[in-house]
Amino acid sequence: MTLLEVKNLSVEFPTADGRVHAVHDISFEVNAGETLAIVGESGSGKTVTNLALMGLIPLRTADVTGSAKFESHDGVIDLIKINRKDLQKYRGRDVAMIFQDPMSSLHPFYSIGDQIIEAHQIHNQVDLKVSKARAIELLELVGIQGAAERIKAFPHQFSGGMRQRVMIAMALVNNPSLLIADEPTTALDVTVQAQIMKLLSDLQSELKMAMILITHDMGVVANAADRVNVMYAGRIVESANVNELYANPSMPYTQGLLASVPRMDRAHTDRLPTIPGQPPSMIELPTGCSFNPRCTRQGEVGGTKCQEQMPELTLRGESHLARCFIGESA
Amino acid sequence: MSLPIIEVNDLHMYFPLASQGIFSRVKGFNKAVNGVSFSINPGETLGLVGESGCGKSTVGRAILKLYEPTSGSIKFEGEDVTNYSTSEMKPLRTKMQMIFQDPYSSLNPRHTVGSIIAASYEIQKITPQGGVKKAVQELMERVGLNPEHYNRYPHEFSGGQRQRIGIARALALKPKFIVCDEAVSALDVSIQAQVINLLADLRDDFGLSYLFIAHDLSIVQHISDRVAVMYLGKIVELATVDEIYNSPHHPYTKALLSAVPIPDPIEERKREQIVLSGDLPNPANPPKGCVFNTRCWKAKDICFTTEPELLQVGKSQVVCHFPE
Repeated sequence: MTLLEVKNLSVEFPTADGRVHAVHDISFEVNAGETLAIVGESGSGKTVTNLALMGLIPLRTADVTGSAKFESHDGVIDLIKINRKDLQKYRGRDVAMIFQDPMSSLHPFYSIGDQIIEAHQIHNQVDLKVSKARAIELLELVGIQGAAERIKAFPHQFSGGMRQRVMIAMALVNNPSLLIADEPTTALDVTVQAQIMKLLSDLQSELKMAMILITHDMGVVANAADRVNVMYAGRIVESANVNELYANPSMPYTQGLLASVPRMDRAHTDRLPTIPGQPPSMIELPTGCSFNPRCTRQGEVGGTKCQEQMPELTLRGESHLARCFIGESA
Repeated sequence: MSLPIIEVNDLHMYFPLASQGIFSRVKGFNKAVNGVSFSINPGETLGLVGESGCGKSTVGRAILKLYEPTSGSIKFEGEDVTNYSTSEMKPLRTKMQMIFQDPYSSLNPRHTVGSIIAASYEIQKITPQGGVKKAVQELMERVGLNPEHYNRYPHEFSGGQRQRIGIARALALKPKFIVCDEAVSALDVSIQAQVINLLADLRDDFGLSYLFIAHDLSIVQHISDRVAVMYLGKIVELATVDEIYNSPHHPYTKALLSAVPIPDPIEERKREQIVLSGDLPNPANPPKGCVFNTRCWKAKDICFTTEPELLQVGKSQVVCHFPE
């Protein structure tokens, strides 16, 4: 079942230096219960995409266009077109989000219990006691021991990994059908990252929840994703299920990204393969394919096609899309 | 064999914890580094890994004497610098440099790139051959920056380019030893690979030695000759890179390696992962016995009472009662 269907989503920020095309005409779907990973470098538009879905981009500073049809508890809604006030009925209930930095995304003045209870109270007309019991239940679920006591603790009394658990508990308090996790483990140590990723996957199968996992770590993607969207300069450049993507990356950027990650399970080489150059300015994107200034395989296309024309996302195999002239079936 | 470039013996670095109030008294110590010994040979790269809070950055800073070590000794090319004053250290600083983690906060935003790199010459009152400007531009070219950007300010550069500026600054005085403290952690994957390659090339060209501090085990493996694993202020395992990664002996090393996801979905999902429970204990009040006993799945009675000694297991040095 399709839970979320995003169509032609674009986000542009007008600035003094010009328009920033943060997200450019992207479309994708998320099915109930699955994990979709969105990967890309900083500035590729992965976070902005999801902030747009959550209605967290201030409309006076940005132009958000397109649609995002979402199957909510009372019928299909459009997360982009819906009035921001009406969106509050769904945000935190049907869709929830956890942020990258657990240090700054909890309010330092309120106890963690108060913050989780508030999230429950907003969407449920129930007694405070019920919400409190629910908060304790959730804290136990995310593996915080002595939850009945710890509920009175303040964020500064927790370590980074524990705070991320609190964030997860808060996001899950209303049983959302879609969880957006924006770099949930980037700020954490590897040992804690392993704990959190295991927790998320356990909770996901227990609660039958879909997840959009935003990350730049190809290892985390390999561990957790069902399908992957690779973003570059505001566009989806490749989309496939996870095994297919790692086995047959079709877009030179994806190939470069996978090759440039040092791997512990491979014999040690002297030099890492790299992608030359750096990501383009989002104000002045190169003409043609956005990746062309860094692409080493343009010769295979020949001529100046890559500088002149933006390739379309085309089918490369079963539900495998890529944006590149190489390997495009004529 | 030639003299090691750095020799650290039983280094301790305690930070006093003050009680609150105006008349604060020292009520304890944060034992950030608690008895660390290692040496680095010329041309060698020693990787130092561990979780945040394990003291790895403190080690890096203490051996450059950016902190005053509590006890222990630090020898630089055989010279004991442990009790050197700032002015005694100054001439030695031409030989030891540091590259910092955050390319955004480690460059002065009000200075041009040229003057940031040239500051080293100015402080040490050295005039390089052919003049400062020429030397700076050569350095910029060597690290892959456009020498014409000499007069630009740090904000005009991307993160990866800024890290290159930091590297050029560290190289200016032709050091022998560089501490790279999480030098690539703040960079995107594709840029990270470029900077790692640059660091490896520079090491080979200038015969540098690195202390490479990082939390990313796959990067440490890529660049290091030997690796030291730190946990709560102590080195728990030290061995050559192949030893550490192929046959880890300390349970913590094993767990740390197993926590790193492999970028391959098929292999990643079939391998068995050791997920450590809990967090790093408070370094102000480390556990009795073995420091890892609170999270170790192999811990027996002796681990809670007696601190393990350094053992030689095969080619590795391990601090554990029950090495694998």
